[in-house]
Amino acid sequence: MADLSVNIAGVQFKNPVIAASGCFGFGLDYEDLYPVSELGGVSLKGTTLDAKPGNIPPRIAETYGGMLNSVGLQNPGVDNLINVHLPALCGKDTVKIANIAGKDVDTYIRAVEKVSDSCADMIELNISCPNVKEGGLAFGASPDTAASLVKEVRKVCKKPLMVKLSPNVTDIVSIARAVEAEGADALSLINTLLGMRIDIRSRKPILHNNVGGMSGRAVFPVALRMVWQTAKAVSIPVVGMGGIATWEDAVEMLLAGASALQVGAAIFTDPYAPVKIVSGLNKWLDDNNIKCVSDIVGQVKCY
Amino acid sequence: MSSLKQNLYPISEINEIASGIFSFRISCPEVAEEAIPGQFVSILCGEFTLRRPISICEINREEGWIRIVFERRGSGTDWLSQRKVGDTLDMLAPIGNGYPEFDDKSKIILVGGGIGVPPMLALAKKYKDKCAVFLGFRDKSKEILTDEFKALTPDVFVATEDGSSGSKGFITAPLNEYDFGENAVICACGPIPLLKKLAELSAEKNIPAFISLEERMGCSAGACFGCVCNTVHGYKRVCKDGPVFNSSEVIFDG
Repeated sequence: MADLSVNIAGVQFKNPVIAASGCFGFGLDYEDLYPVSELGGVSLKGTTLDAKPGNIPPRIAETYGGMLNSVGLQNPGVDNLINVHLPALCGKDTVKIANIAGKDVDTYIRAVEKVSDSCADMIELNISCPNVKEGGLAFGASPDTAASLVKEVRKVCKKPLMVKLSPNVTDIVSIARAVEAEGADALSLINTLLGMRIDIRSRKPILHNNVGGMSGRAVFPVALRMVWQTAKAVSIPVVGMGGIATWEDAVEMLLAGASALQVGAAIFTDPYAPVKIVSGLNKWLDDNNIKCVSDIVGQVKCY
Repeated sequence: MSSLKQNLYPISEINEIASGIFSFRISCPEVAEEAIPGQFVSILCGEFTLRRPISICEINREEGWIRIVFERRGSGTDWLSQRKVGDTLDMLAPIGNGYPEFDDKSKIILVGGGIGVPPMLALAKKYKDKCAVFLGFRDKSKEILTDEFKALTPDVFVATEDGSSGSKGFITAPLNEYDFGENAVICACGPIPLLKKLAELSAEKNIPAFISLEERMGCSAGACFGCVCNTVHGYKRVCKDGPVFNSSEVIFDG
């Protein structure tokens, strides 16, 4: 039995597998199948200061080896998160990460302020959602906008702050460095890749939003490359996500420099994916006489 | 209240009941034990990322099986249509709210359009001759399950657009002529234009109507908010808050 525990920005996780935001609701939708305490942590549905209806459906399309979504941050607002959803999770033995989005600096700050006083263990700052017109990716697209937002958020954020980065940028490393310089305690990447599908019978896009974020197994090599590049460039922990479906994918991500992992779309294909990844990882560590999962972080032998 | 299960279940019977339309009996005692009419299952089809949601057509608690009837439409259902008896299906089930209980109603009006007909059979099995059944198909080649409905209740009306079976035209015609009596409820599943007409009929005649909606799904478990429909209470998840909705709450426009 290997030691699967990891520590990210002072927060202790019993294992490195976290359910990704937008793929696990507010943590309790899969309780019929397995308790959320099987997971090291859960990143809750992206929440904004005020409730948001989200985008007009259809919001889902399938792609080869993946999918698109244009959900658009439908959420009940931060007060509901703090009063209803976080308390429902407080007795559960898993790290609770509140994913916070905003439409402008002010709404980000006010939401983070409120959640700073809640029982969330960590805040994941969403500056990478591609499905909203204001906020999200608009902030994460350049080092300057990302840095100035994180600078303001850092002033009011009393929880460990993990910033979630978008791959839809020219140079993710420069954004990662800028965000680290403004006080981010950790980074998580990647959010979804912007994509599109057209229904040739109707000759309209499948998504009502025309475009949406791509996730699933097909994006894994892009995510892995970005995690590798980013982890080499910063000192803070990097949480890797993007198409992780198996324990082998998890090992690749850890070797590339991820200190922990988030699993999202794989849950749609196999709800037990995160649980299987934990046990597969455990077995591989044992089979290879590796005592702690943290021993392999960043250990890829590059040319 | 049913609880969600995910497992590999064997297919015990396969019939192609019309051209491109397949009936599968799936052996799944733990699902059959809890499933109710109006719920659905979500099946992993080969290597495709997203599960395919399919309505439950029939539930047999005693023998521990459910039946699904689906049409070969796209790549996922194409894969599914090629399965053989004895193959196992990776299925997440039973999903959704299902239809409410109607023990206090005198007449249950079942309206099915095309591939929306199969889930009505589970209701017909439950309420038997309290049901009046209205089935609409494009033409005779798409007609399914009529005889099985007739075995449960004498009041079965069929309409096909070209008149190749039953009356010619849409199923709403015989429905508009029908005397619903004092204490009826409408249950329906089918294309949106049909459901819209039923919502109007329901409002006009003050008869409650429960319609089953569909939408492209992500997780099928209520976790992702991908499959929403518009209602007077905001966007609701078709997988978890539905698929059955009171027609008076649904906003159809688009």
